[in-house]
Amino acid sequence: MVFGISRSLSVADRDGQWCCAAYAAAPVVLKATGAGIAATGLAGILAAHRAPVFAQANTLHILRWNDFVPAADKVLREVFAPEVQKALGLKLNVETVNANDLPARATAAIQSGNGADIIMLLNNLPHLYAAAAVDVTAVAEEVAKAGGGVYDPARQLNMVGGRWVSMPWSVVPALIAYRKSWFDEVGAKEFPKTWQQYHEVGKKLKAAKRPIGQTLGNTFGDAPTFTYPLLWSFGGQEVDPKGKVVLDSKETVESVRFMTQFWKDSHDEGGLAWDDSNNNRSFLSGDISATLNGASIYVAALNGADKFKTEKGAPLHTDILHAPLPAGPKGQHAYHTAFNHMVMKYSKNAKGATEFLRWAHTKANYDKWFVVQKGFATGPTREWEQHSMWNQDKVMLPFKSAAQQQSRLMGFGGQPDKKAAEAWNKYIVTVMYANAASGKMRPEDAVKWAAGELGKIYT
Amino acid sequence: MNDPVVAGAGGAARTAAPAERGRVSPLTRLLESESVLAAVLLVPGVLILVLFIAYPFVMALWYSLTSIRVGEAGEFVGLANFTKAWNDTIFQTAFKNTVFYTFWATVFKLALGMWLALLLNRTFRFKRIIRASMLLPFIIPTVLSAFAWRWMFDPTFSVMNWVLFHTGLITDRLPFLSSGDWAMWCAVVVNTWRGMPFFAITLLAGLQTISPDLHEAAALDGANAWHRFWHVTWPLLLPVTLVVVVFSVIQTFSDFQLIYVLTGGGPANSTHLIATYAYQIGVASGLLGEGAALSLFMFPVLFAVVWVQLRYMKRMEGH
Repeated sequence: MVFGISRSLSVADRDGQWCCAAYAAAPVVLKATGAGIAATGLAGILAAHRAPVFAQANTLHILRWNDFVPAADKVLREVFAPEVQKALGLKLNVETVNANDLPARATAAIQSGNGADIIMLLNNLPHLYAAAAVDVTAVAEEVAKAGGGVYDPARQLNMVGGRWVSMPWSVVPALIAYRKSWFDEVGAKEFPKTWQQYHEVGKKLKAAKRPIGQTLGNTFGDAPTFTYPLLWSFGGQEVDPKGKVVLDSKETVESVRFMTQFWKDSHDEGGLAWDDSNNNRSFLSGDISATLNGASIYVAALNGADKFKTEKGAPLHTDILHAPLPAGPKGQHAYHTAFNHMVMKYSKNAKGATEFLRWAHTKANYDKWFVVQKGFATGPTREWEQHSMWNQDKVMLPFKSAAQQQSRLMGFGGQPDKKAAEAWNKYIVTVMYANAASGKMRPEDAVKWAAGELGKIYT
Repeated sequence: MNDPVVAGAGGAARTAAPAERGRVSPLTRLLESESVLAAVLLVPGVLILVLFIAYPFVMALWYSLTSIRVGEAGEFVGLANFTKAWNDTIFQTAFKNTVFYTFWATVFKLALGMWLALLLNRTFRFKRIIRASMLLPFIIPTVLSAFAWRWMFDPTFSVMNWVLFHTGLITDRLPFLSSGDWAMWCAVVVNTWRGMPFFAITLLAGLQTISPDLHEAAALDGANAWHRFWHVTWPLLLPVTLVVVVFSVIQTFSDFQLIYVLTGGGPANSTHLIATYAYQIGVASGLLGEGAALSLFMFPVLFAVVWVQLRYMKRMEGH
């Protein structure tokens, strides 16, 4: 199979080059291809070991997640698609799937050498798939320069071996959405600043049948954006700068011990089986008082003001505020989910895909997608923090600069490389907390187990 | 040969034969050979087996011996992937879960399927409609039905919790999918619901081959319903039952869709089966070599099941 794999990659290389040429000078190549076919007929096609490309060169297939702001997918399909057809002559085919399925789709596409031209990859997954990526350094640097620079985490997540293997598209900041009136009722006039305070408030909320909702399930977003910062804020970390696993520490055990008690006292324990969408539904239906999330809950409440109401009949969005995760003994931390686009090396239209990204990132085009997000997703460059949209709704202001404040990435205190991506993809840190919170393991054993799992990756 | 018509016809055939034989193409003449014809007829089947079963199997075997990752060729690592899997605590849980899931789901499917088959073997009104509708769980795509069950077991919005709560039977929600043990049993229930019609219909077909005379004779000898089942129905149904159980074990042991949709292997990796964990490692995490090794752990078990089946069938042929 070594032979099979290397062969499929080299074919993808050749295809990429041919299609690049086809894209750059389509009429000429079409003529040349037509002449080639006329001259050599079926034998020529067979010798090339693949179908002629002229039917595919102008189609661009992009695979993304099902956006939690559905209006944004609508923009891609109904605004971007006709405009990109006009501007670049590309027929845009937007396919959306559950974000949890994106890595599997990427693996299948890469191994078969066939699939979407551009695949959305979250966080540090670009490191895992770097070998199958087209170098987009030129576009990335161009976009960074035009937009006042990209955030440092974006560079670390998308650059492998000094080249950009994917383009940062957006960041979805994770903040706690909470019911202001319910917090007021239990005496919390402002959102708790520390984990201990949050625990105390949470006890009262759960006693009032309004628990905190948090997923500790095997899911891509809300679980790790909670568990990694929790770990860091107690002083725990996965590895040291040399890549040695140092997870099994008294700080980590302390964080797990805290979470176990916090879970029992303050949380909806059904969260062990939640994915990224359960907390949205639970919050909107009034079952939970607070949850770590992107702004999708608030955006949904805003868009459905007639549908989502408080128990007093007021629009729900008027009772929602956002706050950062509380601080632990070693400070306050956050993890915001990064969404990136990788142009696949096997793509028969790699040049077209790259040009599409260049086109989509221009201010005028990106703006159309950005505004419908209403702050759920922030832009990849600093200029989007200055957008006038942020002046429209004060409730969304905490999201504005969240991406800038992110100081740590998965794999801390080492690099956010493919080993860190593998650990995240296997949910090791999240499962560590879930094992203890569910009572399946003692906190010490849960930490030992997780350290052992990390050890298998960092060998 | 005394029949003039037959003799005439035969004579015509005999006289026509040399002339026709002269016009027969070499290909036809070649195919007249039984061994050649057999080989030709076997070719499509063999090709399908080679392409869709043997080739992927050999590839999986080769992958499992290499460090291949997504997009990277990897190198030969011998049995390292198997050793790693064997020492992996999640894999150990997944293996135990797979055995647990297969055992209990098969027991329930057999017991309930048999009960249903016995009921449907009686005569009553709307028998045909009921027989047909019973197949619905088997006909509906697993992904769709698993999604429906997932909603029914939802940690927050479970309709079952709602009913039990509002009838005063529970005060707190039952942790259908948020407790590992509960979630595993939920998976068994859904698998039983889905697979029971296959058992029922197949056993029903077997029941209908049993002569009613045998039951009448047993009844005349004073056998009650249980005795008639145990001494007449069960022995005669045993061959069919064994085949159905073997097929079910194979399908259940390698099940993927149901767990993937219902629990995704959670909570805290406690409901992974070998297939879902192999997918998690091999496909979702891109560690193709390790994923292939994990999935190959299913092979010895399934091979043993098939071996038992073939051995039994051979013995039956002997009888």
